[in-house]
Amino acid sequence: MRDILRRYGSTLTCFIVTLPAFWLLALVVLPYMILFEYSLKPMLPVDQLGGPNDVYGIGNYLTFFTSPIHIRIFFLTVFFSSVVTVICLVLSYPLAFFLAKVAKPHNVPTLFMILLIPLWVSEILRSFAWFVVLSFHGPLNALLGGIGVIADPVRWISGFNGVMIGLVYTYVLFMLFPIYNAIQALDSHQIEAAEDLGAPAWRIHWRVVIPHSKPGIASGCVMVFMLSAGSIIVPSLLASPGSRWFTEIVQQWMFEAQDWNTGSAYAFLLLVLCTVFVTLMMRLFKVRLADIAK
Amino acid sequence: MDARALSRLLIKVYVGIFLVYMLAPLIVMGVAALNNSRFPSVYPWAGFTDRWFVDLWNDDRMLHAASNTVFIALAVVAISIPIGTAAAILINSVQGRFRSFLYGVMVAPILTPGAVIGISTLLFWNNFDVPAGLHLSTLGQCSFISAYVMLLVLARLQTFDPALEEAALDLGASNAQVMRRIMIPHLYPAIGAGALIAFFQSAENFNITLFTKGNSDTLTVYVGSKVRSGITPTINALALMLIALTVIGAITYEVLRRRAERHERELTEQKERDEVMATQPMTVRTASATASGS
Repeated sequence: MRDILRRYGSTLTCFIVTLPAFWLLALVVLPYMILFEYSLKPMLPVDQLGGPNDVYGIGNYLTFFTSPIHIRIFFLTVFFSSVVTVICLVLSYPLAFFLAKVAKPHNVPTLFMILLIPLWVSEILRSFAWFVVLSFHGPLNALLGGIGVIADPVRWISGFNGVMIGLVYTYVLFMLFPIYNAIQALDSHQIEAAEDLGAPAWRIHWRVVIPHSKPGIASGCVMVFMLSAGSIIVPSLLASPGSRWFTEIVQQWMFEAQDWNTGSAYAFLLLVLCTVFVTLMMRLFKVRLADIAK
Repeated sequence: MDARALSRLLIKVYVGIFLVYMLAPLIVMGVAALNNSRFPSVYPWAGFTDRWFVDLWNDDRMLHAASNTVFIALAVVAISIPIGTAAAILINSVQGRFRSFLYGVMVAPILTPGAVIGISTLLFWNNFDVPAGLHLSTLGQCSFISAYVMLLVLARLQTFDPALEEAALDLGASNAQVMRRIMIPHLYPAIGAGALIAFFQSAENFNITLFTKGNSDTLTVYVGSKVRSGITPTINALALMLIALTVIGAITYEVLRRRAERHERELTEQKERDEVMATQPMTVRTASATASGS
């Protein structure tokens, strides 16, 4: 700290301290605290604000815990986000390994360039693309029907299918990149040594590559789970009547009911969920936060 | 064929399938923009049309939303680059528990669902009677984009040699000169990458913007409301244009990268030849010259 002052002088040090302070206080910590404060207050008409009814309580949280429908939607969101996370992990791991250790080094930037195209095209259009592909009279049914895999068109967007397909496609790259970074940092000699000592391929992965890529896997899982559980656009595009997502309930409170207090209670539950998940991943993979966010 | 060759073949097939999986939906979405069908689809093909592009061009709200998007993205870059850079310098100069604590608070916005950030930003500024609007969207986006910039700059700082600053100070440089002539130039690559990521993260942001935008629109939110209400292929026309831009950008980058790579290879080869020539005794050189001449 004193070092900064000596190097950059008092004016610049003032900037170096105030800018992050403004960020962390005004844009991060205080807003989260206000969110929590709102969630503890009942929604009141303007003339009753500050009146006898304007007291702290857990009424908004009771609204959630006494509504079986909302609890059910919450746990379905958690469950299907976890499934999406696992699918993304299974899809990404072989590809990350290929890019880091198998592909010729001068081909890797080209492959990354191709993989980045969907990322630049934006989240909303990635999910919209699947809306077009999966539609009942859409190209997927035409293709599969044409080559004789299916006899009748399939209603893809039913139950949680559409949402899961969309979430996996939209967020799989957030799993791929951290795992690639982790595997790339592994010394290839370790793999060769294991081969020379006669380890079969699956054991090399299980005992050498996967343990080394743990920070990447943890990081990818946290990102994909958080993005999936917090996704708004994918469920609203690809959900069927039978699949509602927790963020849709939050939106209902905020926009339709205009009840910001209950809305913030539900948003706070989402925040708690993600915090619990991050903690769980750190325990499970025995990594620190600095390893996850890289 | 032995097991090793077989597994290499399998992983290559898998990578091929994955690339098709990543790109095919985008192609379908893009081609649907040219189909003369009221609903976005490529099948059945109803003939070629450019009417969706004409519709897109005549959509004033869309053009307005697009200009808002660019404006916000530039504002986010202008705010989050100084904040993120200052935060990285700050965290790099503290140690121990305080560092872990600060790091935890700084990366928290990355691990928080956008809906939570959006709602808490809205509520926080509502306390000061600041109404919802694009200014709040800008601040909300900055809260997590600054964290990305911080991580990029922090990574770059690891390769910085503080002795350079010491030397400059010893030679009589002012504090401002140390920052401007030594630190900032070293950080340029990270700042450039940060600005690019900040711009695109801001442009594609949906969740935070949705809760903070008030009555204004950004392109992503406008597209979101369009695909949820009445879907017409104008969205596909927009998507096709974005995809085309991305692909052109990717190809340009790739061509430039390959050219730079080839140039570098030629330089090193030239250098090696010169070195060989310089170390060879005179007689060998003339002998090899006659040999190659004959």
